[in-house]
Formats: sequence, structure tokens, C-alpha cells
Amino acid sequence: MELSGAPVHAGEGRGRLLVLERPLSFWGGVDPETGRVSDPRHPQYGVSLGGRILVMERAIGSSSSSAIMLELLRNDVAPAAIVLGSTDAILVLGVLVAEELGYASIPLIDVGSDGFERIRDGNGGHGHVRAGAREAILRVSMS
Amino acid sequence: MTTLDAMHAVTATPESTPTLSGDERAVLEGERGPAPQLAMRVVVRMARILGARELVPVASAHIDGCLYHGDGGVEFAERLVSLGGKVGVPTTLNVGALDLLNPRRVRSAGHRREMALRQMRAYEALGCRPTWTCAPYQAGHRPAGGQDVAWGESNAVVFANSVLGARTNRYGDFMDICCALAGRAPRTGLHLEENRRATVVVDTRAINPALKERDVFYPVLGTWLGATVDERVAVVTGLPETATEDQLKAMGAASASSGAVGLFHVEGVTPEAPDLAAALGGKMPEAILTPRARELRRVRDALSTTGTFEIDAVALGSPHFSRDEFSLLEALLPREPFRIPFYVCTGRAEYERLETSGRLRRFEEVGVEIVADTCVVVAPILPARGSVLMTNSGKFAHYTPATTGYDVVYGSLEDCVRSAATGRVIRDEGLWN
Repeated sequence: MELSGAPVHAGEGRGRLLVLERPLSFWGGVDPETGRVSDPRHPQYGVSLGGRILVMERAIGSSSSSAIMLELLRNDVAPAAIVLGSTDAILVLGVLVAEELGYASIPLIDVGSDGFERIRDGNGGHGHVRAGAREAILRVSMS
Repeated sequence: MTTLDAMHAVTATPESTPTLSGDERAVLEGERGPAPQLAMRVVVRMARILGARELVPVASAHIDGCLYHGDGGVEFAERLVSLGGKVGVPTTLNVGALDLLNPRRVRSAGHRREMALRQMRAYEALGCRPTWTCAPYQAGHRPAGGQDVAWGESNAVVFANSVLGARTNRYGDFMDICCALAGRAPRTGLHLEENRRATVVVDTRAINPALKERDVFYPVLGTWLGATVDERVAVVTGLPETATEDQLKAMGAASASSGAVGLFHVEGVTPEAPDLAAALGGKMPEAILTPRARELRRVRDALSTTGTFEIDAVALGSPHFSRDEFSLLEALLPREPFRIPFYVCTGRAEYERLETSGRLRRFEEVGVEIVADTCVVVAPILPARGSVLMTNSGKFAHYTPATTGYDVVYGSLEDCVRSAATGRVIRDEGLWN
């Protein structure tokens, strides 16, 4: 399956899809050292975001989530890419600052709510995100 | 914006947006030094991502990025310091990860403590005022209605927009300090008049008026609001005109915890809602919602994660306790000391006022532990061996389980005081039935 979207931040990333069953606040919801979901009320509590293509309908919660994003990149436990159902200005900020500090970077793309609906059952599939200045694409192969 | 600029903006390619003034371009090109340049680069890149066509000058900033989450945040702040950065507008600081007035309050040692302190000092070195509070609006930082500002910390953002009528988006860690250094923010979102109009009406007229007089109602309504309207701007009708600033503060904080609320209006109470029509900008609402008592009761119940009667501590003050809230608490204090640890989080300005006025002793006599500069969900303060916290804060109730491992019991201020006096949960259920 192929989904096109709008690039939020350019780059390329590969990994297995992790589709969040419910929105998640990175602050208070993701451990910055391990990259695991740390909110016990989240249905995917304990799951590691590291190296995954993280698919989320939208980001929610604290505006400190950008700081957690930065730490995930610094600690090498960040997702390989983030695919959003609506553009988020908080997580990408952590990625921009990571670039300013010379850390690794990851792409973020916005596939819209329709796009999200199309991949919401894609958990575990292999994903490949490519985001340029104007176009972004997510390829998913289920295997 | 001049007419020429406006025309340019319309024909600009995405890569060239936002349209920058000569001054802004000079900053971006490094003519004012490397720190403003880095900050402006981040602001402009974010403006592009957000689709802003231009930047807006900001009158002040409130920085949430001074709280330690890891070494990357320290590195970024120290990078700005080493580049000679100084904020260009009056700027206050949100909580840090340490209580600087009482170093033993937070159980933090070694690397973590050192880095948390370095981060706080770096933001001071950037010229920010060391207010260390999540309620800067009750510590003298009150922008005027209509003023554009760049604030971080979700509760402060929703308060600035809703209660003060100032204009800010929810600026995340790093964006806040970049806006403060650049003196600019992307002109988008809640900086724009048209995005500040309510599109949803929340009608609370059917709710028991006696309940709406009580503080305990507001975090519940806020939690419901955040979970229901999320980013949409709501106007709430049917709240008493006597709704206090602290009630609105508690409601906003809860709404920004359960959802992405950046602005709400309260008819007849908040500055952009003298009446319903004004709040709606003369348009029809997209939705009219009428939360029922039963629904709110469920929301209130869900703020607690346990039904136990055994509690290990009480914590108040998220957002940071105000002068009025201290007065309410003082009037309720028991004669005998509390049987369990009782924390009240506040800003140092409020703490110092209590100290100077001699009122501090009254609180300390019964065992109230006043936490300044930080709070119990962002730093290890709660007893290491405990497992259940009681609070009157919707925001604490929301974040405590994930950040401290504690279960939560939600109750009113009165419930919290009575429960701490006996060591067992006592809650007034009357108004909720």
C-alpha cells in the first residue's frame, strides 16, 4: 500500500509500523530513556517506540512533548519516522532542535485523517517513509 | 503588513514563506548575533510548517523549557548561553525540577540533580526572570487583552488566552525560548482573530447551580471539556458570573490535560465573551453540547484511579497555589497536625509572601509542606514508599499515575483537608448525586 501525505519534516525512515490505538502525550506518556510507552492508562503501555514507524491520529497533551522527542533522538530510542493524521507543531520542534544540536533526525509526515483510517489496521507491517520538501510518501507492505 | 508585502505573501512559494520584514531577515542572516539567528531559524522553520504567512512581534514570553527532561534540553539551553543569547522581551520561567529554596525537598542526586540545576541556571543566564511558577499570571506577569505573547505550559497558555484575553499558541519546550530570543512568533492559530471565535457552545444551565458554585466542579468540567472539544474553541454558558479566577485556572489546567484546549470562553465572565453572540463572532455554532450531571459525575469518578480509603499523601497546587487559595486552605486547617504528608505547591513569590507575613508558621504547625519552584508530578517529592495520592487538582489527577506511579483520589479542597486529618478518604458526595 502506498499513501501520500504532506511533509512536516523531510527525511527517510524504515521500520515496522506501530499504530497507536489512542492518542498519546509524549510527556508523561513516553519514557525518554527507554522510548517505551510509560502511561499505564494507555492501551499500549510498555511498547517501545524505538525504530518503529509511529502512526498516530494526532499528538495530545503537554507542550513538553517536544523535549521528550529531543531526548528520544539523543538517546537513540526515537521512532524511525512519525506518520500523523493531523499536523502537530510540538513533536517536530524536538526534531528541529535535535538537528540544531547535530543529533539524528527523523521524518514526520501528515497523511490526514483519511490516510490514518487507511493504515490504522496496519500495525506490524513494514513501512518506509520518504519526505522531501514538497511531497511525502509512506509505503507499507504487510508480511 | 504593507500592501506590497501582502501581495508578495499571496504569490510566494511555500519555501519562501513566511514573508519576513527587513529586521527579521537581518536576524535570520545573523546580523544580531548567533543566538537570535538560531532562534529565528527555528521560529521561521516552524512558521513554514504551520503555514504562517508572516511573524508577529510578541510582548512577553513564558518558558516551560527550563524543566529537566534529559541532557538534550540542558545542552540546548547552554548552547544558547554560549552563543551569547539574551531574551528580547520580558520573560518568566515555569517550574524547574528542583526546589531551590529547600534543596532537600526533591529526592534527586548526582548527575540528574546537577543537570537539572544547570538547566535552570542556563535559562536565568539567558535573562529570564527566575519566577519558577506554572501560574506566572498570579506572579505579576499579566499581559493585556489583545496582546500577542509566546507562552509555554499548557495551563498558562489556556489562562492567558481565556482569562486574560492575550493571544498565544501552545508553545512547546524550545519554541518558547526561541520566540523570546527572536521576539517573534509565527502569526497563526490563536494569534489570529478569526481562530479565537467559539465554534462550540457548552450549555451548563441544566447543572445544579449549587455544584457550579463549588471549586470541586471546575476541574471536572475542564476534564470533560478537554476530552470533548479538544482543540475546538468552546464558549461555556450557564456558569455563575461569580466564577473566580482560581476556578477558571483549575478548569483550564484540567482541560489542557485531557485535551489540546488552548482557549475557551465563559459567557459573561471572560473578556472575549461579554455575550454568546460576541463569543461566536456572530456565527452559528457548529455544535451545542449539554453535559448532564450523570456524565460529569462519571468524569469526576474517572479522575480517581482507585476506590481505596487508604491514602499516603495529599498534594494541592497544580497550577501553583494562589494567595486566595492559601486563604481558603488556612481557614480549613485543623488544630491537630495532619496524619499524612500534605504538600502545597506554589511559586516562590507566593511562598515569600507567606513567609514575610508570618502566615507560613500556621501552615507548618500542622505539617503542611510547601513546595516552591517545582511540583510533585515533575520531581520526586512524594514519599518513596507511598502509593495513593489525594488531590483537588484535575491536572495532578491526570498526570500523577504516569509520572509518580501513585494512584489518585480526586476530591475537593475540604475533602483533602478532612482526609489528611484522619488519614482516610472522606468525600462529600452530596452535590454529585
